[in-house]
Amino acid sequence: MSADLLWHRIQFAFTVTYHYLFPQLTMGLALLIVVLKVRALRTGDERYNEVARFWARIFGLNFAMGVVTGIPLEFQFGTNWSRFSNVAGEIIGQTLALEGVFAFILESAFLGLFLFGEKRLGPRGHLAVAVALCVGSWLSGYFIIATNAFMQHPVGYTLGKDGVLHLADFWAFVLNPWALWQYAHNMTASVITASFVMSALGAYWSLMGEHTSHAMICLRVGVIAGLLSSVIVAFPTGDGAGKMLARHQPAALAAAEGLFDSGSYAELAIIGQPNVKERRLDNPIVVPGVLSFLAYGTFGSTVKGLNDIPRSEWPDNVELLYYSYHIMVGLGTIFILVMAASAFLLWRGRLQQSRRMLWVLMLAFPFPYIATTAGWWTAELGRQPWLIYKLFRTADGGSPQVGAGNVVFTTLGFVGLYLALGMLFVLQVLKEISRGPEGKGHDPVPAGGGPPAAAVP
Amino acid sequence: MEAAWFAIVVGMLAVYTVLDGFDFGVGTLHRFVARTDEERRTVFAAIGPVWDGNEVWLIAAGGVLFLSFPRVYAAAFSGFYLALMIVLWLLILRGVAIESRSRQDNPLWREFWDTTFAVASALLAFVLGTALGNVVRGVPLDGTGLFFIPLFTDFRPGPRPGVLDWYTALVGAFTLCALAGHGALYLVWKTAGPVQARGRLWARRAWLAVLPLWLAVTLATAWLRPDIFTNLLDRPWSLAFALLALGGVAGVFFFLRRGRDLAAFLSSGSFLLGLVGATMAGMYPVWLRSTLDPADSLTATNSAARSYGLRVALVWWTVGIALAVAYFVNLYRSTRGKVDVHGEGHGYE
Repeated sequence: MSADLLWHRIQFAFTVTYHYLFPQLTMGLALLIVVLKVRALRTGDERYNEVARFWARIFGLNFAMGVVTGIPLEFQFGTNWSRFSNVAGEIIGQTLALEGVFAFILESAFLGLFLFGEKRLGPRGHLAVAVALCVGSWLSGYFIIATNAFMQHPVGYTLGKDGVLHLADFWAFVLNPWALWQYAHNMTASVITASFVMSALGAYWSLMGEHTSHAMICLRVGVIAGLLSSVIVAFPTGDGAGKMLARHQPAALAAAEGLFDSGSYAELAIIGQPNVKERRLDNPIVVPGVLSFLAYGTFGSTVKGLNDIPRSEWPDNVELLYYSYHIMVGLGTIFILVMAASAFLLWRGRLQQSRRMLWVLMLAFPFPYIATTAGWWTAELGRQPWLIYKLFRTADGGSPQVGAGNVVFTTLGFVGLYLALGMLFVLQVLKEISRGPEGKGHDPVPAGGGPPAAAVP
Repeated sequence: MEAAWFAIVVGMLAVYTVLDGFDFGVGTLHRFVARTDEERRTVFAAIGPVWDGNEVWLIAAGGVLFLSFPRVYAAAFSGFYLALMIVLWLLILRGVAIESRSRQDNPLWREFWDTTFAVASALLAFVLGTALGNVVRGVPLDGTGLFFIPLFTDFRPGPRPGVLDWYTALVGAFTLCALAGHGALYLVWKTAGPVQARGRLWARRAWLAVLPLWLAVTLATAWLRPDIFTNLLDRPWSLAFALLALGGVAGVFFFLRRGRDLAAFLSSGSFLLGLVGATMAGMYPVWLRSTLDPADSLTATNSAARSYGLRVALVWWTVGIALAVAYFVNLYRSTRGKVDVHGEGHGYE
């Protein structure tokens, strides 16, 4: 791999990984805020509204971070991957433009009304705006997943004589089966992130003995949504996405599982280190037959190992792919356990008294971010060495005239800028948390922080 | 079909120029028209509900360019790599400034973000002009369909120019003044009191600077790219854009004097629409002109996507843009009237 290409990849990987820390919370939180607002309307309990307003302020901060870190990504298709844009622009340009026209404009037009217009709109009107925002952010997610799904499993195209891909069937492209599974899996993961964040704050307030009845609402909504989403992310969505991988990207599956030798009754590695040089898994703990079952539904199925796949079609970083995948799956399993235990205590009415469980919930919130990041790295590393699977290699996709020096320079710029942005974000979130959910009066204090409007000269 | 998509992309970019243009103009003048904290909060409250929506037009237009003319998108974005990365940083800093300023009471904090907002806005206004200047002047495209342009070379618009030369800098300065005038008129329309009074003063100053700069840009363009003007004369329909621009600039002075603030603001909007429209009507069918060999230029015909994709996209684009117009009418209606910084409905405390 040339130095130029490596830096193009590092730049995109860094900006996209950092960006997705924010939308994963935005999308899940939008849904949970709708749930809170529906509960408030149903029960007439004002505390649900106060909790919803608190999370709307966090949502606003998080949304802004998603917007500013998202703009570079659309630019980077052209700036860093111009040959890929030449080849695939006619197709992936469709979904990117669809996202702009249908999702971004919707979101931008309703965000201000959502954050600052509750009094003017009334409870029902404000709920409608919250739903519009939720739909906008979930729609945006779909268009991006459909774009990625074309790179993972291209459908609905024809290949021109000059090597350029043309759109042949719009609906086949937009309703790519890969995209449907990936979307279900990804959005469930986004709800997990939001649930863990919400229950972590409920746990914090409970442990501190602050805002306890609001904390209970956060715990209840967070734990119930957390348990549901942790289960669904594994089955059926994770299972479905895994079977797509087995059918369409056998090399990615083999590398992610650390499977070198093909065979029936393929074993699932719980732990172990891939040794690419010697082509084996070092120090493994395995469960026989399970991988065959997970991939194809019967224990006797044959799963292809890396040894039966030409070296030139192996993912170019088998180790990182293996670890990413195992971190995702391992953490996903732990999420189910944590949320099941919390849900049991919640059902018995003892969650808020169980300090040990509250400590676990409070400290658990970073792990969904890690699992989601590892999941995306699994998808993207598994796709290698292809930019568009089996059609177009990553090595051919960069901008040939943009040299590594330029990319290193701008990558360092992004690292510095994003570091500062991250600190600013954490500062504001901590400030909101210390302000708490009990709104000053009925009206939400605008996301501005600082004293309420009337106190400012 | 390519002609329709050429018009759609140019139309969306023109709408972006008009909408985000007043945000940039407001930012450029921020420190001049607003002095106390309350005045500055008034300025933020005036653009607060709309700036994000205005900026989205850039992203939407970029996406539409990507799908309809992928080769133009690929060449332009990679060719202007360094300049675009700087634009991205400015856009990020400006957005962060707007969102952060009101979150602390510390006066130094607010002063810092006020200045960041002003400087980033002014630079973006200038850069938007130089971008148009680069498109008009042309770029060193070769047979690969790609190019790479440094930030500057010898400041002459030759066959191997930089992003900045005397011509693009002139267009940038003109754009900076025009958008400042456009933003000032927005403030005159949306605010009352001292901000409005100073806005009026700065609107007059900016538009008086626009007139000689416009003349200079027009003469320089006629010298550098006479074909744009021959094309315009050959295409009588394109004179509508020229009339829109002329009528716009006349309207600005006419309505500003009579205190018809909304009409003055709409006039400056039509001036900008007319200018972008006339320029691109004269350029058509060329998207990116090659300074090395005209045969290597990227045009609407040699860089367009196949017609199936364009036809499908035309269907959903029509639906999407109708929805977008509905949302925007709702947004601007719900924030109609003068800004009241003591009222609710904005986040700038």
